[in-house]
Amino acid sequence: MKTIKFVLTALVLVTTFAFTEKPVEGYKVGDVATDFKLKNVDGKMVSLKDYKDAKGYIVIFTCNHCPFAKAYEDRIIALDKKYKKLGYPVIAINPNNPEVQPDDSYDLMKVRAKEKGFTFPYLFDEGQKIYPQYGATKTPHVFVLQKTVKGNVVKYIGAIDDNHSDEEAVKVKYVENAVDALLEGKEIEVNSTKAIGCSIKS
Amino acid sequence: MKKAVIVFLVFTGFLYSQDLKPVKTYKNENREVASFDYEHLAPLFEQDDDVTYVINFWATWCLPCVKELPYFEKLNEVYKDKNVKVILVSLDFPKKIESQLLPFLERKKIQSTVYVLDDPDANSWIEKVNKDWSGAIPATVIYKGKNKKFFEQSFTYEELEKELLLILNN
Repeated sequence: MKTIKFVLTALVLVTTFAFTEKPVEGYKVGDVATDFKLKNVDGKMVSLKDYKDAKGYIVIFTCNHCPFAKAYEDRIIALDKKYKKLGYPVIAINPNNPEVQPDDSYDLMKVRAKEKGFTFPYLFDEGQKIYPQYGATKTPHVFVLQKTVKGNVVKYIGAIDDNHSDEEAVKVKYVENAVDALLEGKEIEVNSTKAIGCSIKS
Repeated sequence: MKKAVIVFLVFTGFLYSQDLKPVKTYKNENREVASFDYEHLAPLFEQDDDVTYVINFWATWCLPCVKELPYFEKLNEVYKDKNVKVILVSLDFPKKIESQLLPFLERKKIQSTVYVLDDPDANSWIEKVNKDWSGAIPATVIYKGKNKKFFEQSFTYEELEKELLLILNN
């Protein structure tokens, strides 16, 4: 009997460890996303809760160096221009560790934001603490959040559209469709997509 | 009889590898590289022969990819007589193939097979490569027949060789 107890305890311990060893998987559609307090390129700290009138957010993990991220810069600016006034501002976050990827330093973020005339906050995930909670794996990686009574609920995860290399050839604008559906109170048809991107450098 | 079977297998294997039909070929005076959309590249991930395939997704602008490229090259060299094929699938943008990819392959004297995958609607094919792939590169598939493993990570040579041997000796 003692042996059985011992074996059972051991089994429980092993399973517990097996589960705690599992890497954090990040958010799925329907989860409540964490807020944060991160430094913007203008030196000020920015949190989601600062946006009192927002109906939600287009949170985009992006960076300076990645060609996929660069290919989307103008489209990210266009998203912000179109949706900020409708209550869904773009919040861009650079998740990369500049010690690993020097092109993604805070100083160079300031340069890039100025060069491109970013109309949205471009925040630095100092210490790389926020992106793992969201489960971002690459740049660019979008999370559309809707503000609700229980918090900021993840409504869409994935790509901006279906063609990174040629804006003219885009057939489906995933993020626009998702935000449009939220604004109209409809179900989002495609709430998760995948795209090629640069792995996050931590 | 045995010989006939082997000849048949070699022959069908040959035919099968001929199934890969590039959509386009890029070349300069020293190098050329075949370019595919996913549909045309798909047979590469479903070869049912005795070859162990090591397929790495990379791009010239991806630092961690370029860093681990020598390990794939070494693997290709060390295991070329052991029925191992290393294939480097470049995700460089189409307009950079001639100006960046070809000169890079030339400069680094890349010996492994290099293909270009040019298919912008990545959402339609990423999960076909592997359901666990988020789309970040570098990423690597190692398989022989039905025995397949996928890695969304960077490798050292030792790690890469260890994973190859697990599949090769299975």
